[in-house]
Amino acid sequence: MPLLVVKGLTKTFGGLTAINNVDFSMDEHQIVSVIGPNGAGKTTFFNMISGYYPVDSGTIVFNGHNLTKLTPEKVASYKIARTFQNIRLFQNMLVAENILVGSYMSMRANIADIILRTRRMRREEEEAYEKLMKLLSYVGLAGKEGELARNLSYGQQRRLEIARALAIGPKLLMLDEPAAGLNPRETEEMKNFILRLRTDMNTTILLIEHDMKLVMGLSDRITVLNYGTKIAEGTPDEIRNNDDVIKAYLGVEDDEEADGFDIMEVRA
Amino acid sequence: MQNLKKRIKAESEGFSFQDLQGKQRVYFIAGVLFIIAMPVWLLLDPGNSVAFVLFLLSLLVIQKMKLPTWIKIVIVAFDLVLVIPIVGQTSGTFARVATMVGIYAILSLGLNIVVGFTGLLNLGYAAFYAVGAYTYAIFASRQAGKFLSFGNFPLSGNWFWLFLLIALVVSGFVGFLLGLPVLRLKGDYLAIVTLGFAEIIRLLFNNMNSPINITNGPMGITPIQAPMLFNIRLNKPVDYYFIVLGLFLLTVLVIRNLQNSRIGRAWVAIREDELVARTMGVPVVRMKLLSFSIGAGLAGMMGVVFAAMQSYVDPTSFTFMESIIILCMVILGGSGNMQGVVIGALAVIVLQLQILKDVSNYLTQLATNGALNLPAWLNPAKYERLIFGLILVLMCIFRPNGISPEKRVLKIRQRLGFAPKDSGLPPLDAKEVK
Repeated sequence: MPLLVVKGLTKTFGGLTAINNVDFSMDEHQIVSVIGPNGAGKTTFFNMISGYYPVDSGTIVFNGHNLTKLTPEKVASYKIARTFQNIRLFQNMLVAENILVGSYMSMRANIADIILRTRRMRREEEEAYEKLMKLLSYVGLAGKEGELARNLSYGQQRRLEIARALAIGPKLLMLDEPAAGLNPRETEEMKNFILRLRTDMNTTILLIEHDMKLVMGLSDRITVLNYGTKIAEGTPDEIRNNDDVIKAYLGVEDDEEADGFDIMEVRA
Repeated sequence: MQNLKKRIKAESEGFSFQDLQGKQRVYFIAGVLFIIAMPVWLLLDPGNSVAFVLFLLSLLVIQKMKLPTWIKIVIVAFDLVLVIPIVGQTSGTFARVATMVGIYAILSLGLNIVVGFTGLLNLGYAAFYAVGAYTYAIFASRQAGKFLSFGNFPLSGNWFWLFLLIALVVSGFVGFLLGLPVLRLKGDYLAIVTLGFAEIIRLLFNNMNSPINITNGPMGITPIQAPMLFNIRLNKPVDYYFIVLGLFLLTVLVIRNLQNSRIGRAWVAIREDELVARTMGVPVVRMKLLSFSIGAGLAGMMGVVFAAMQSYVDPTSFTFMESIIILCMVILGGSGNMQGVVIGALAVIVLQLQILKDVSNYLTQLATNGALNLPAWLNPAKYERLIFGLILVLMCIFRPNGISPEKRVLKIRQRLGFAPKDSGLPPLDAKEVK
């Protein structure tokens, strides 16, 4: 049974159809990429799964649960975590606190426990702290736990954002352009990191990415959106040779020009 | 891990004098002399208001000194538990000023939860203060007898303690009810609605004298029973001082525990980025309501103390200006920093009740002696708002984040028996993380 099934998803903003009747499904333990030119509706697609916008029509079913009408916090409770295209950390909180917010749902202390600082509550805090130290060293931020998130470098902030998402213990991890702003070497590291993430965390990964090298290198399947419509779906090889996709990226009408064009070179 | 241990060691050991160099040593010695000399001076000359103000200043200096924490605690405890009450015996005004500082410190700590932690601008905080004050005033005076056919009013002062709790719950509940519709709003809209709400509450208290006389309207309610403990009346300034000191310590403890918990972190996360907080599974509406209610409840609790202390309440004590002054304390002191907002409360109250009054008394004295011919309109006490305004403008320019800005520190109370390897990326057992 597929982990995530999206059927006939549609979203309009005023006169603009951002997502138009998109069908999508992915299996557990897969890495699936959503690609498409700027404004294709990729982030809107993510936001709809996260529960940010009300769905106009269509359904989103995750692991047997219908997420279509749920709020973001309810969606999160089904262990769906995500990162953002433009990094959105809790800038004025410590690195450790950022991750502890991610652990919010796994903690059980109620207000009485907290006010009285019962042993149960303290033990829970200790456990959360140990977990966050492990996560930090896993993403290569060991020793940074006491710094403010905004004082980290760009690359470190990206990693912290992923660590925060991992703190939820996600069944599905959605990464919105994890390689944006990274140089080729860092992008390569990110690729390996994402691949390792899948096995280490035993999770499923859905990502939006513009960097074709990254996408082709790690995806099991790729879905291509253009103007809110799904125009292609398949393995990296299938997508690479798909005429519609090449057209969408280049806007070429002359077939000769498109011939021999390698999508690996395109950075939209 | 090595770093962490070093840091913990450094934090617990404080500092050593040898680490200081040159000028720092001079400052340090001067600071130590100051914080020891001021209480002594005040004890020797308990009526001297210059000594009193400098003594209060020394309480601030202690915070900033690089001293081991236990020494700081000993000195502050000595100042608060011994010096102020002893001086308060001779000079009631000083005890009163100290009590007012305490009341407003708790109020600003409460408002700080809402404004500083959760980032919800509340311009109507005085409304909850009013709810608490009236809750006690009505039942601890003859007022309740005017609309209730049963019971014997006024209730005795022994009820004061229970009413602290009742007012906390009642105000908290009022905050909850207000929060339900209002917390959907953001930023400026929220501020305007809370402002309007506070005015509604004040006007309600102003007009609820007919057809049923519940609040006695603009006439206010008086006299109100002073608190009693085992039938001993506690109505001296020093008694109130100790009540407020106790409540203050309790409040600090509770808020501190909340701050270093999933709830406190959720509040700040909401302030930082509400949508992301929701994506992390933080139930934003519930957390905002909680923050709003706890803030409101604390204000209600202090309302009881205020009503008992003044023995008189009327709606003019809870105007918009009152909310603004509490907000000023929070912002002036350092929104989000508990230590900061207490400093803010201290600074504002001492300026208002002590310094401006003293200067104006001094000038009138000079005028009566004929040494100085001062027109009445130049009386400094009349320029309170102007001086506040000036201070706020100066703060905006020089310390936009307050006297003592928010500073987040990692509370490492956790046991440190584990050591994740720093080398590369160790394999991670998924079960441990999930």
